[in-house]
Amino acid sequence: MSERIDVKKTYKLFINGAFPRSESGRTYEVKTSKGAFLANACQSSRKDLREAVVAARAAHNGWSKATAYNRGQILYRIAEMLQARTGEFVQEIMITTGVTKVKAEKEVLQAIDTLVWYAGWSDKISSLTGANNPVAGPFYNFTIPESMGVVAAVAPENPSLLGLIESIAPVITSGNTVIVLASTKAPLSAMSFAEVLATSDLPAGVINVLTGKKDEIAPWMASHMDIDAMDISGLSSKLTSEIKVAGAENLKRIYSFKGATAARITAFAESKTIWHTIGV
Amino acid sequence: MNFYGLVDGSEASLKTYLSKLSGVDQVGANARAAMLATRSIKTTSKRWAIDTAISMVDLTTLEGADTVGKVQALCTKAVRPDPTDSSVPSVGAICVYNDMVGVARKHLDLIGGKHVPVAAVSTAFPSGRASIEVKVLDTQDAINAGASEIDMVIDRGAFLEGRLIDVFNEIVTIRQVCGDKAHLKVIFETGELVTYDNVRKASFLAMAAGADFIKTSTGKVAPAATAPVVLVMLEAVRDFYEMTQKRIGVKPAGGIRNTKDAIKQLVLVKETAGEEWLNSKLFRIGASALLNDLLMQRMKMDNGYYASPTYVSVD
Repeated sequence: MSERIDVKKTYKLFINGAFPRSESGRTYEVKTSKGAFLANACQSSRKDLREAVVAARAAHNGWSKATAYNRGQILYRIAEMLQARTGEFVQEIMITTGVTKVKAEKEVLQAIDTLVWYAGWSDKISSLTGANNPVAGPFYNFTIPESMGVVAAVAPENPSLLGLIESIAPVITSGNTVIVLASTKAPLSAMSFAEVLATSDLPAGVINVLTGKKDEIAPWMASHMDIDAMDISGLSSKLTSEIKVAGAENLKRIYSFKGATAARITAFAESKTIWHTIGV
Repeated sequence: MNFYGLVDGSEASLKTYLSKLSGVDQVGANARAAMLATRSIKTTSKRWAIDTAISMVDLTTLEGADTVGKVQALCTKAVRPDPTDSSVPSVGAICVYNDMVGVARKHLDLIGGKHVPVAAVSTAFPSGRASIEVKVLDTQDAINAGASEIDMVIDRGAFLEGRLIDVFNEIVTIRQVCGDKAHLKVIFETGELVTYDNVRKASFLAMAAGADFIKTSTGKVAPAATAPVVLVMLEAVRDFYEMTQKRIGVKPAGGIRNTKDAIKQLVLVKETAGEEWLNSKLFRIGASALLNDLLMQRMKMDNGYYASPTYVSVD
Protein backbone atom coordinates (compact mmCIF):
# COMPACT_ATOMS: atom_id res chain seq x y z
CA MET A 1 0.00 0.00 0.00
CA SER A 2 1.30 3.40 -0.93
CA GLU A 3 1.55 6.11 1.68
CA ARG A 4 -1.36 8.51 1.80
CA ILE A 5 -0.58 11.97 0.42
CA ASP A 6 -1.49 14.82 2.73
CA VAL A 7 -4.15 17.26 1.44
CA LYS A 8 -2.65 20.72 1.81
CA LYS A 9 -4.90 23.70 2.39
CA THR A 10 -4.71 26.60 -0.07
CA TYR A 11 -4.74 29.94 1.74
CA LYS A 12 -6.44 32.64 -0.31
CA LEU A 13 -7.87 36.11 0.28
CA PHE A 14 -11.36 36.99 1.51
CA ILE A 15 -12.99 39.69 -0.59
CA ASN A 16 -16.73 40.36 -0.94
CA GLY A 17 -17.65 37.06 0.69
CA ALA A 18 -15.55 35.01 -1.75
CA PHE A 19 -12.07 33.50 -1.58
CA PRO A 20 -10.09 34.73 -4.61
CA ARG A 21 -6.34 34.43 -5.14
CA SER A 22 -4.38 37.64 -5.45
CA GLU A 23 -4.99 39.37 -8.78
CA SER A 24 -1.21 39.66 -9.08
CA GLY A 25 -0.73 35.90 -8.84
CA ARG A 26 1.96 36.45 -6.19
CA THR A 27 2.45 34.30 -3.13
CA TYR A 28 4.98 34.24 -0.31
CA GLU A 29 6.16 31.48 1.95
CA VAL A 30 4.82 31.15 5.46
CA LYS A 31 7.24 29.41 7.79
CA THR A 32 7.03 27.77 11.17
CA SER A 33 8.73 29.46 14.11
CA LYS A 34 11.71 27.19 13.42
CA GLY A 35 11.97 28.28 9.79
CA ALA A 36 10.50 25.24 8.04
CA PHE A 37 8.16 25.71 5.09
CA LEU A 38 4.51 25.67 6.13
CA ALA A 39 2.30 27.06 3.38
CA ASN A 40 2.02 29.59 0.60
CA ALA A 41 -0.05 32.69 1.34
CA CYS A 42 -1.30 35.26 -1.15
CA GLN A 43 0.73 38.44 -1.44
CA SER A 44 -1.98 41.02 -2.08
CA SER A 45 -1.48 43.83 -4.54
CA ARG A 46 -2.95 47.33 -4.57
CA LYS A 47 -5.57 46.06 -7.02
CA ASP A 48 -6.75 43.47 -4.50
CA LEU A 49 -7.11 46.35 -2.05
CA ARG A 50 -9.06 48.32 -4.66
CA GLU A 51 -11.47 45.41 -5.17
CA ALA A 52 -11.88 45.05 -1.41
CA VAL A 53 -12.70 48.75 -1.06
CA VAL A 54 -15.37 48.50 -3.76
CA ALA A 55 -16.87 45.52 -1.90
CA ALA A 56 -16.68 47.25 1.48
CA ARG A 57 -18.28 50.41 0.12
CA ALA A 58 -21.10 48.45 -1.46
CA ALA A 59 -21.70 46.57 1.78
CA HIS A 60 -21.70 49.69 3.96
CA ASN A 61 -25.21 50.86 3.15
CA GLY A 62 -26.85 47.62 4.23
CA TRP A 63 -24.60 46.95 7.23
CA SER A 64 -24.85 50.45 8.69
CA LYS A 65 -28.64 50.41 8.32
CA ALA A 66 -29.03 47.00 9.96
CA THR A 67 -30.27 47.36 13.51
CA ALA A 68 -27.63 47.46 16.22
CA TYR A 69 -29.32 44.42 17.71
CA ASN A 70 -28.86 42.50 14.45
CA ARG A 71 -25.18 43.50 14.19
CA GLY A 72 -24.68 42.27 17.74
CA GLN A 73 -26.32 38.97 16.89
CA ILE A 74 -24.01 38.46 13.95
CA LEU A 75 -20.89 39.28 16.01
CA TYR A 76 -22.09 36.73 18.55
CA ARG A 77 -22.64 34.23 15.76
CA ILE A 78 -19.02 34.72 14.64
CA ALA A 79 -17.94 33.88 18.19
CA GLU A 80 -20.07 30.70 18.11
CA MET A 81 -18.52 29.58 14.83
CA LEU A 82 -15.01 30.36 16.06
CA GLN A 83 -15.55 28.38 19.24
CA ALA A 84 -16.59 25.31 17.26
CA ARG A 85 -13.20 25.35 15.51
CA THR A 86 -11.03 26.12 18.52
CA GLY A 87 -8.77 23.10 18.01
CA GLU A 88 -7.84 24.08 14.46
CA PHE A 89 -6.90 27.61 15.51
CA VAL A 90 -4.85 26.39 18.45
CA GLN A 91 -2.84 24.20 16.06
CA GLU A 92 -2.28 27.03 13.58
CA ILE A 93 -1.15 29.45 16.26
CA MET A 94 1.20 26.91 17.82
CA ILE A 95 2.84 25.96 14.55
CA THR A 96 3.35 29.52 13.25
CA THR A 97 4.44 31.20 16.47
CA GLY A 98 5.93 28.31 18.45
CA VAL A 99 3.98 29.09 21.62
CA THR A 100 2.84 26.35 23.98
CA LYS A 101 -0.58 24.77 23.68
CA VAL A 102 -1.73 26.49 26.86
CA LYS A 103 -0.79 29.92 25.49
CA ALA A 104 -2.37 29.23 22.11
CA GLU A 105 -5.61 28.07 23.76
CA LYS A 106 -5.65 31.17 25.88
CA GLU A 107 -5.35 33.37 22.80
CA VAL A 108 -8.23 31.63 20.99
CA LEU A 109 -10.52 31.76 24.02
CA GLN A 110 -9.68 35.42 24.52
CA ALA A 111 -10.48 36.04 20.84
CA ILE A 112 -13.90 34.41 21.29
CA ASP A 113 -14.56 36.45 24.43
CA THR A 114 -13.53 39.65 22.65
CA LEU A 115 -16.11 39.00 19.92
CA VAL A 116 -18.82 38.40 22.52
CA TRP A 117 -17.77 41.51 24.40
CA TYR A 118 -18.07 43.72 21.29
CA ALA A 119 -21.33 41.98 20.35
CA GLY A 120 -22.71 43.25 23.64
CA TRP A 121 -21.53 46.80 22.92
CA SER A 122 -23.39 46.99 19.63
CA ASP A 123 -26.79 48.08 20.95
CA LYS A 124 -25.44 50.00 23.93
CA ILE A 125 -22.93 52.34 22.35
CA SER A 126 -25.48 54.91 21.14
CA SER A 127 -27.15 55.12 24.57
CA LEU A 128 -23.81 55.62 26.29
CA THR A 129 -22.12 58.02 23.89
CA GLY A 130 -25.21 59.73 22.53
CA ALA A 131 -26.72 62.75 24.24
CA ASN A 132 -29.90 64.72 24.56
CA ASN A 133 -28.71 68.31 24.35
CA PRO A 134 -30.50 71.26 25.98
CA VAL A 135 -30.98 74.08 23.45
CA ALA A 136 -32.54 77.53 23.64
CA GLY A 137 -35.55 76.94 21.43
CA PRO A 138 -38.51 74.65 20.81
CA PHE A 139 -36.39 71.75 19.62
CA TYR A 140 -35.41 68.30 20.67
CA ASN A 141 -31.71 68.19 20.02
CA PHE A 142 -29.85 64.95 20.25
CA THR A 143 -26.51 63.56 19.21
CA ILE A 144 -25.99 59.96 18.15
CA PRO A 145 -22.94 58.07 16.95
CA GLU A 146 -23.01 56.79 13.38
CA SER A 147 -20.60 54.71 11.35
CA MET A 148 -17.92 56.53 9.33
CA GLY A 149 -17.91 54.27 6.29
CA VAL A 150 -15.06 52.12 5.05
CA VAL A 151 -12.19 51.53 7.49
CA ALA A 152 -8.84 49.94 6.67
CA ALA A 153 -7.03 48.12 9.47
CA VAL A 154 -3.48 46.82 9.73
CA ALA A 155 -3.55 43.97 12.24
CA PRO A 156 -0.62 43.41 14.61
CA GLU A 157 1.95 40.72 13.82
CA ASN A 158 1.43 39.12 17.17
CA PRO A 159 -0.91 37.82 18.58
CA SER A 160 -2.06 37.04 15.06
CA LEU A 161 -5.64 35.90 15.72
CA LEU A 162 -6.51 38.00 18.77
CA GLY A 163 -4.89 41.08 17.22
CA LEU A 164 -6.90 40.61 14.04
CA ILE A 165 -10.17 40.32 15.91
CA GLU A 166 -9.38 43.34 18.08
CA SER A 167 -8.80 45.28 14.86
CA ILE A 168 -12.07 44.37 13.16
CA ALA A 169 -14.74 43.65 15.80
CA PRO A 170 -14.99 47.21 17.22
CA VAL A 171 -14.90 48.70 13.73
CA ILE A 172 -17.91 46.77 12.45
CA THR A 173 -19.82 47.07 15.74
CA SER A 174 -20.96 50.60 14.90
CA GLY A 175 -21.79 49.79 11.27
CA ASN A 176 -18.51 50.41 9.45
CA THR A 177 -17.20 47.95 6.92
CA VAL A 178 -13.55 46.96 7.03
CA ILE A 179 -10.58 45.80 5.01
CA VAL A 180 -7.98 44.20 7.25
CA LEU A 181 -4.40 43.35 6.38
CA ALA A 182 -3.48 40.32 8.48
CA SER A 183 -0.22 39.48 10.21
CA THR A 184 2.45 38.98 7.53
CA LYS A 185 4.40 36.29 9.36
CA ALA A 186 1.42 34.39 10.72
CA PRO A 187 -1.46 34.83 8.27
CA LEU A 188 -2.87 31.30 8.49
CA SER A 189 -5.24 31.85 11.40
CA ALA A 190 -6.51 35.03 9.72
CA MET A 191 -7.47 33.13 6.59
CA SER A 192 -9.06 30.34 8.61
CA PHE A 193 -10.95 33.03 10.49
CA ALA A 194 -12.26 34.24 7.11
CA GLU A 195 -13.81 30.78 6.72
CA VAL A 196 -15.53 31.35 10.06
CA LEU A 197 -16.82 34.71 8.77
CA ALA A 198 -18.13 33.09 5.61
CA THR A 199 -20.40 30.85 7.69
CA SER A 200 -21.60 33.46 10.20
CA ASP A 201 -24.49 35.25 8.43
CA LEU A 202 -22.14 38.18 7.89
CA PRO A 203 -23.14 40.02 4.68
CA ALA A 204 -20.53 39.83 1.89
CA GLY A 205 -18.05 42.71 1.90
CA VAL A 206 -18.50 43.79 5.54
CA ILE A 207 -15.16 42.23 6.46
CA ASN A 208 -12.48 41.70 3.82
CA VAL A 209 -9.20 40.02 4.73
CA LEU A 210 -5.95 40.53 2.81
CA THR A 211 -2.54 39.00 3.42
CA GLY A 212 0.78 40.34 2.22
CA LYS A 213 3.44 42.96 2.91
CA LYS A 214 2.42 45.80 5.18
CA ASP A 215 4.84 48.38 3.80
CA GLU A 216 3.47 47.69 0.31
CA ILE A 217 -0.29 47.81 1.04
CA ALA A 218 -0.60 50.29 3.93
CA PRO A 219 0.46 53.37 1.85
CA TRP A 220 -2.19 52.50 -0.75
CA MET A 221 -4.74 52.25 2.05
CA ALA A 222 -3.69 55.66 3.32
CA SER A 223 -3.99 57.39 -0.07
CA HIS A 224 -7.22 55.71 -1.16
CA MET A 225 -9.89 58.41 -1.27
CA ASP A 226 -12.72 55.97 -0.58
CA ILE A 227 -11.30 54.77 2.76
CA ASP A 228 -12.56 56.98 5.58
CA ALA A 229 -10.37 55.89 8.48
CA MET A 230 -7.47 53.63 9.40
CA ASP A 231 -6.46 51.53 12.36
CA ILE A 232 -2.68 51.21 12.14
CA SER A 233 -2.17 49.31 15.38
CA GLY A 234 -0.15 46.69 13.54
CA LEU A 235 2.13 49.05 11.64
CA SER A 236 5.74 49.72 12.57
CA SER A 237 6.28 53.24 13.88
CA LYS A 238 8.72 53.93 11.03
CA LEU A 239 5.80 54.08 8.59
CA THR A 240 3.42 56.11 10.77
CA SER A 241 4.30 59.58 9.54
CA GLU A 242 4.25 58.55 5.87
CA ILE A 243 0.80 57.02 6.40
CA LYS A 244 -0.52 60.12 8.15
CA VAL A 245 0.72 62.44 5.41
CA ALA A 246 -0.88 60.31 2.68
CA GLY A 247 -4.09 60.02 4.67
CA ALA A 248 -4.40 63.79 5.05
CA GLU A 249 -5.60 64.12 1.43
CA ASN A 250 -9.14 63.09 2.40
CA LEU A 251 -8.82 63.84 6.13
CA LYS A 252 -8.69 60.20 7.20
CA ARG A 253 -8.93 59.46 10.90
CA ILE A 254 -5.85 57.41 11.68
CA TYR A 255 -5.51 55.72 15.07
CA SER A 256 -3.43 53.14 16.85
CA PHE A 257 -4.56 51.06 19.83
CA LYS A 258 -3.48 48.42 22.30
CA GLY A 259 -5.94 45.75 23.44
CA ALA A 260 -9.72 45.57 23.29
CA THR A 261 -11.27 48.80 24.50
CA ALA A 262 -14.57 50.59 23.97
CA ALA A 263 -12.55 53.54 22.68
CA ARG A 264 -11.92 51.49 19.54
CA ILE A 265 -15.64 51.68 18.79
CA THR A 266 -16.07 55.41 19.36
CA ALA A 267 -12.91 56.24 17.41
CA PHE A 268 -14.56 54.99 14.24
CA ALA A 269 -17.92 56.64 14.80
CA GLU A 270 -19.14 60.07 13.72
CA SER A 271 -21.41 62.10 15.95
CA LYS A 272 -24.56 63.21 14.23
CA THR A 273 -26.66 65.94 15.81
CA ILE A 274 -30.33 66.18 14.94
CA TRP A 275 -32.62 69.16 15.52
CA HIS A 276 -36.24 68.14 15.74
CA THR A 277 -39.08 70.59 16.23
CA ILE A 278 -41.25 70.01 19.27
CA GLY A 279 -44.84 69.50 18.16
CA VAL A 280 -47.90 70.99 19.81
CA MET B 1 -34.81 54.55 -52.10
CA ASN B 2 -32.28 52.21 -53.56
CA PHE B 3 -31.06 50.39 -50.41
CA TYR B 4 -27.43 50.47 -51.69
CA GLY B 5 -28.67 48.32 -54.62
CA LEU B 6 -28.81 45.32 -52.28
CA VAL B 7 -32.58 44.91 -52.25
CA ASP B 8 -35.43 46.44 -54.25
CA GLY B 9 -37.88 46.64 -51.37
CA SER B 10 -39.70 43.42 -52.20
CA GLU B 11 -39.90 40.50 -49.80
CA ALA B 12 -38.29 38.17 -52.34
CA SER B 13 -35.23 40.40 -52.79
CA LEU B 14 -34.83 40.80 -49.02
CA LYS B 15 -34.92 37.04 -48.59
CA THR B 16 -32.35 36.52 -51.32
CA TYR B 17 -30.08 39.21 -49.81
CA LEU B 18 -30.24 37.75 -46.29
CA SER B 19 -29.93 34.15 -47.44
CA LYS B 20 -26.47 34.93 -48.82
CA LEU B 21 -25.15 35.73 -45.34
CA SER B 22 -22.64 33.35 -43.86
CA GLY B 23 -23.50 31.81 -40.50
CA VAL B 24 -21.78 32.85 -37.28
CA ASP B 25 -19.45 30.39 -35.59
CA GLN B 26 -20.81 30.72 -32.06
CA VAL B 27 -17.96 28.98 -30.27
CA GLY B 28 -15.42 30.91 -32.35
CA ALA B 29 -17.10 34.27 -31.61
CA ASN B 30 -17.17 33.54 -27.88
CA ALA B 31 -13.53 32.47 -27.91
CA ARG B 32 -12.34 35.47 -29.91
CA ALA B 33 -14.23 37.93 -27.71
CA ALA B 34 -12.81 36.26 -24.59
CA MET B 35 -9.30 36.35 -26.03
CA LEU B 36 -9.51 40.05 -26.91
CA ALA B 37 -10.85 40.77 -23.40
CA THR B 38 -7.57 39.63 -21.87
CA ARG B 39 -5.57 42.39 -23.50
CA SER B 40 -4.07 44.81 -21.02
CA ILE B 41 -4.04 48.52 -21.84
CA LYS B 42 -1.67 50.69 -19.82
CA THR B 43 -0.38 54.23 -19.23
CA THR B 44 -0.65 56.59 -22.23
CA SER B 45 -2.82 54.17 -24.21
CA LYS B 46 -5.13 53.80 -21.24
CA ARG B 47 -5.32 57.56 -20.83
CA TRP B 48 -6.25 57.91 -24.51
CA ALA B 49 -8.79 55.10 -24.19
CA ILE B 50 -10.47 56.74 -21.18
CA ASP B 51 -10.87 60.09 -22.94
CA THR B 52 -12.03 58.41 -26.13
CA ALA B 53 -14.55 56.34 -24.19
CA ILE B 54 -15.87 59.47 -22.44
CA SER B 55 -16.41 61.13 -25.82
CA MET B 56 -18.32 58.03 -26.96
CA VAL B 57 -20.71 57.77 -24.02
CA ASP B 58 -24.38 58.28 -24.78
CA LEU B 59 -25.22 59.50 -21.30
CA THR B 60 -28.56 57.90 -20.66
CA THR B 61 -31.48 58.20 -18.31
CA LEU B 62 -34.50 56.09 -19.21
CA GLU B 63 -36.53 55.80 -16.06
CA GLY B 64 -40.18 56.21 -15.34
CA ALA B 65 -39.05 58.46 -12.49
CA ASP B 66 -37.08 60.90 -14.69
CA THR B 67 -37.68 64.51 -13.76
CA VAL B 68 -36.86 67.79 -15.48
CA GLY B 69 -34.27 68.45 -12.78
CA LYS B 70 -32.57 65.13 -13.28
CA VAL B 71 -32.38 65.58 -17.06
CA GLN B 72 -30.96 69.09 -16.65
CA ALA B 73 -28.35 67.84 -14.19
CA LEU B 74 -27.40 65.10 -16.63
CA CYS B 75 -27.04 67.67 -19.44
CA THR B 76 -24.68 69.72 -17.30
CA LYS B 77 -22.62 66.63 -16.67
CA ALA B 78 -22.66 65.74 -20.37
CA VAL B 79 -21.12 69.04 -21.42
CA ARG B 80 -18.43 69.06 -18.73
CA PRO B 81 -18.22 65.66 -17.06
CA ASP B 82 -15.65 66.75 -14.47
CA PRO B 83 -16.37 70.31 -13.28
CA THR B 84 -12.87 70.54 -11.82
CA ASP B 85 -11.08 69.58 -15.02
CA SER B 86 -11.84 71.29 -18.33
CA SER B 87 -9.62 68.89 -20.28
CA VAL B 88 -12.26 66.16 -19.98
CA PRO B 89 -14.17 65.97 -23.28
CA SER B 90 -17.96 66.26 -23.54
CA VAL B 91 -19.86 63.02 -23.97
CA GLY B 92 -21.19 61.75 -27.30
CA ALA B 93 -24.86 62.53 -26.67
CA ILE B 94 -27.64 62.69 -24.12
CA CYS B 95 -30.17 59.88 -24.44
CA VAL B 96 -33.65 60.42 -22.98
CA TYR B 97 -37.28 59.54 -23.45
CA ASN B 98 -39.25 61.58 -25.99
CA ASP B 99 -40.97 63.94 -23.59
CA MET B 100 -37.61 65.00 -22.14
CA VAL B 101 -36.01 65.84 -25.50
CA GLY B 102 -37.18 69.46 -25.41
CA VAL B 103 -35.98 69.90 -21.84
CA ALA B 104 -32.57 68.46 -22.66
CA ARG B 105 -32.07 70.42 -25.90
CA LYS B 106 -33.07 73.72 -24.28
CA HIS B 107 -30.82 73.19 -21.26
CA LEU B 108 -27.85 72.09 -23.37
CA ASP B 109 -28.15 75.19 -25.55
CA LEU B 110 -28.44 77.35 -22.46
CA ILE B 111 -25.23 76.07 -20.83
CA GLY B 112 -23.02 76.11 -23.91
CA GLY B 113 -23.61 72.53 -24.95
CA LYS B 114 -24.80 73.14 -28.52
CA HIS B 115 -22.27 70.54 -29.69
CA VAL B 116 -23.89 67.78 -27.63
CA PRO B 117 -26.70 66.07 -29.58
CA VAL B 118 -29.87 64.76 -27.97
CA ALA B 119 -30.90 61.20 -28.78
CA ALA B 120 -34.49 60.10 -28.25
CA VAL B 121 -35.70 56.55 -27.81
CA SER B 122 -38.71 56.32 -30.09
CA THR B 123 -41.09 53.80 -31.65
CA ALA B 124 -42.72 52.62 -28.43
CA PHE B 125 -39.44 52.00 -26.65
CA PRO B 126 -38.54 49.55 -25.11
CA SER B 127 -41.00 46.88 -26.31
CA GLY B 128 -41.83 48.27 -29.74
CA ARG B 129 -45.37 47.03 -29.35
CA ALA B 130 -47.42 49.73 -31.11
CA SER B 131 -48.86 50.37 -34.54
CA ILE B 132 -46.65 51.94 -37.20
CA GLU B 133 -48.79 55.09 -37.14
CA VAL B 134 -48.01 55.58 -33.46
CA LYS B 135 -44.32 54.90 -34.06
CA VAL B 136 -44.17 57.47 -36.86
CA LEU B 137 -45.84 60.09 -34.68
CA ASP B 138 -43.56 59.19 -31.78
CA THR B 139 -40.50 59.74 -33.97
CA GLN B 140 -41.86 62.92 -35.53
CA ASP B 141 -42.58 64.28 -32.07
CA ALA B 142 -39.00 63.68 -30.91
CA ILE B 143 -37.51 65.34 -34.00
CA ASN B 144 -39.81 68.35 -33.62
CA ALA B 145 -38.63 68.70 -30.01
CA GLY B 146 -35.01 68.88 -31.14
CA ALA B 147 -33.73 65.31 -31.23
CA SER B 148 -30.94 64.85 -33.76
CA GLU B 149 -30.56 61.13 -33.12
CA ILE B 150 -33.40 58.60 -33.02
CA ASP B 151 -32.90 55.28 -31.25
CA MET B 152 -35.67 53.03 -32.60
CA VAL B 153 -36.46 49.48 -31.53
CA ILE B 154 -37.28 46.75 -34.03
CA ASP B 155 -40.35 44.56 -33.70
CA ARG B 156 -38.67 41.47 -32.23
CA GLY B 157 -41.90 39.49 -32.40
CA ALA B 158 -42.10 40.01 -36.16
CA PHE B 159 -38.41 39.21 -36.57
CA LEU B 160 -38.68 35.93 -34.66
CA GLU B 161 -41.84 34.98 -36.58
CA GLY B 162 -39.93 35.42 -39.80
CA ARG B 163 -41.85 38.49 -40.99
CA LEU B 164 -38.57 40.13 -41.94
CA ILE B 165 -40.12 42.37 -44.57
CA ASP B 166 -42.32 43.96 -41.88
CA VAL B 167 -39.26 44.73 -39.77
CA PHE B 168 -37.51 46.08 -42.88
CA ASN B 169 -40.41 48.28 -43.91
CA GLU B 170 -40.74 49.69 -40.43
CA ILE B 171 -37.10 50.76 -40.39
CA VAL B 172 -37.48 52.25 -43.89
CA THR B 173 -40.54 54.22 -42.76
CA ILE B 174 -38.79 55.61 -39.68
CA ARG B 175 -35.72 56.39 -41.80
CA GLN B 176 -37.95 58.52 -44.04
CA VAL B 177 -39.38 60.33 -41.01
CA CYS B 178 -35.86 61.10 -39.83
CA GLY B 179 -34.87 62.43 -43.27
CA ASP B 180 -31.74 64.52 -42.98
CA LYS B 181 -32.76 65.92 -39.59
CA ALA B 182 -31.80 62.96 -37.45
CA HIS B 183 -29.40 60.03 -37.33
CA LEU B 184 -31.14 56.67 -37.03
CA LYS B 185 -29.94 54.04 -34.59
CA VAL B 186 -31.68 50.70 -34.77
CA ILE B 187 -31.94 48.69 -31.54
CA PHE B 188 -32.16 44.90 -31.89
CA GLU B 189 -32.49 43.85 -28.24
CA THR B 190 -30.01 41.06 -28.87
CA GLY B 191 -30.97 39.40 -25.59
CA GLU B 192 -34.29 38.53 -27.24
CA LEU B 193 -32.89 37.46 -30.62
CA VAL B 194 -31.57 34.20 -29.15
CA THR B 195 -28.77 33.38 -31.64
CA TYR B 196 -25.74 35.15 -33.12
CA ASP B 197 -27.04 34.19 -36.58
CA ASN B 198 -30.12 36.26 -35.84
CA VAL B 199 -27.96 39.18 -34.67
CA ARG B 200 -25.99 39.08 -37.92
CA LYS B 201 -29.18 38.82 -39.96
CA ALA B 202 -30.81 41.73 -38.10
CA SER B 203 -27.65 43.79 -38.61
CA PHE B 204 -27.64 43.37 -42.39
CA LEU B 205 -31.38 43.92 -42.56
CA ALA B 206 -31.16 47.19 -40.62
CA MET B 207 -28.11 48.44 -42.51
CA ALA B 208 -29.75 47.87 -45.90
CA ALA B 209 -32.90 49.59 -44.64
CA GLY B 210 -30.93 52.75 -43.93
CA ALA B 211 -29.73 52.60 -40.33
CA ASP B 212 -26.83 54.93 -39.48
CA PHE B 213 -26.06 52.95 -36.35
CA ILE B 214 -26.92 49.49 -35.11
CA LYS B 215 -27.42 49.19 -31.36
CA THR B 216 -27.44 46.08 -29.22
CA SER B 217 -30.08 46.63 -26.60
CA THR B 218 -32.53 48.83 -24.78
CA GLY B 219 -30.84 48.31 -21.43
CA LYS B 220 -34.10 46.89 -20.10
CA VAL B 221 -33.34 43.25 -20.93
CA ALA B 222 -30.43 41.07 -19.78
CA PRO B 223 -28.14 39.88 -21.27
CA ALA B 224 -27.44 43.12 -23.09
CA ALA B 225 -24.18 44.19 -24.76
CA THR B 226 -22.09 41.08 -24.24
CA ALA B 227 -18.68 41.08 -25.91
CA PRO B 228 -19.46 38.32 -28.47
CA VAL B 229 -22.65 40.09 -29.59
CA VAL B 230 -20.74 43.33 -30.11
CA LEU B 231 -18.09 41.35 -31.99
CA VAL B 232 -20.72 39.87 -34.32
CA MET B 233 -22.16 43.33 -34.99
CA LEU B 234 -18.72 44.84 -35.63
CA GLU B 235 -17.99 42.06 -38.11
CA ALA B 236 -21.31 42.89 -39.77
CA VAL B 237 -20.46 46.58 -40.22
CA ARG B 238 -17.00 45.65 -41.48
CA ASP B 239 -18.46 43.24 -44.07
CA PHE B 240 -21.13 45.76 -45.00
CA TYR B 241 -18.42 48.37 -45.62
CA GLU B 242 -16.67 45.96 -47.98
CA MET B 243 -19.93 45.48 -49.90
CA THR B 244 -21.08 49.11 -50.07
CA GLN B 245 -18.18 51.41 -49.04
CA LYS B 246 -20.54 52.82 -46.40
CA ARG B 247 -19.52 52.86 -42.74
CA ILE B 248 -22.30 52.09 -40.28
CA GLY B 249 -21.83 52.84 -36.56
CA VAL B 250 -22.22 50.44 -33.65
CA LYS B 251 -23.63 51.21 -30.21
CA PRO B 252 -23.44 48.65 -27.43
CA ALA B 253 -25.75 49.57 -24.55
CA GLY B 254 -26.55 47.96 -21.23
CA GLY B 255 -24.20 46.26 -18.80
CA ILE B 256 -21.09 48.34 -19.54
CA ARG B 257 -20.51 49.79 -16.10
CA ASN B 258 -16.78 50.26 -15.60
CA THR B 259 -13.66 51.43 -17.35
CA LYS B 260 -12.36 47.93 -17.87
CA ASP B 261 -15.53 46.93 -19.75
CA ALA B 262 -15.38 50.10 -21.86
CA ILE B 263 -11.74 49.53 -22.81
CA LYS B 264 -12.56 45.94 -23.76
CA GLN B 265 -15.15 47.36 -26.16
CA LEU B 266 -12.55 49.66 -27.72
CA VAL B 267 -10.18 46.71 -28.22
CA LEU B 268 -13.00 44.84 -29.97
CA VAL B 269 -13.60 47.82 -32.26
CA LYS B 270 -9.94 48.24 -33.16
CA GLU B 271 -9.40 44.55 -33.85
CA THR B 272 -12.66 43.88 -35.68
CA ALA B 273 -13.94 46.91 -37.59
CA GLY B 274 -10.69 48.87 -37.54
CA GLU B 275 -9.39 52.22 -36.36
CA GLU B 276 -11.79 54.19 -38.59
CA TRP B 277 -14.51 53.19 -36.13
CA LEU B 278 -12.65 54.46 -33.06
CA ASN B 279 -14.51 57.76 -32.75
CA SER B 280 -17.89 58.96 -31.55
CA LYS B 281 -19.22 59.24 -35.11
CA LEU B 282 -19.06 55.47 -35.56
CA PHE B 283 -18.97 54.04 -32.06
CA ARG B 284 -21.04 54.96 -29.04
CA ILE B 285 -21.54 53.34 -25.66
CA GLY B 286 -24.98 53.63 -24.09
CA ALA B 287 -24.45 53.96 -20.35
CA SER B 288 -25.14 55.89 -17.19
CA ALA B 289 -22.94 54.57 -14.35
CA LEU B 290 -19.95 54.11 -16.69
CA LEU B 291 -19.12 57.82 -16.91
CA ASN B 292 -18.41 58.13 -13.17
CA ASP B 293 -16.07 55.16 -13.26
CA LEU B 294 -14.22 56.62 -16.27
CA LEU B 295 -13.82 59.90 -14.40
CA MET B 296 -12.54 58.12 -11.29
CA GLN B 297 -10.00 56.17 -13.32
CA ARG B 298 -8.91 59.41 -14.94
CA MET B 299 -8.41 60.99 -11.50
CA LYS B 300 -6.40 57.94 -10.44
CA MET B 301 -4.10 58.40 -13.45
CA ASP B 302 -3.67 62.12 -12.71
CA ASN B 303 -3.25 61.98 -8.93
CA GLY B 304 -1.71 58.57 -8.38
CA TYR B 305 -4.20 57.51 -5.75
CA TYR B 306 -7.55 55.75 -5.95
CA ALA B 307 -10.55 58.04 -6.23
CA SER B 308 -13.80 57.90 -4.32
CA PRO B 309 -17.35 58.03 -5.72
CA THR B 310 -17.89 60.85 -3.21
CA TYR B 311 -15.93 63.14 -5.53
CA VAL B 312 -18.05 62.59 -8.66
CA SER B 313 -21.66 63.58 -9.09
CA VAL B 314 -24.51 61.27 -8.19
CA ASP B 315 -26.63 60.32 -11.20
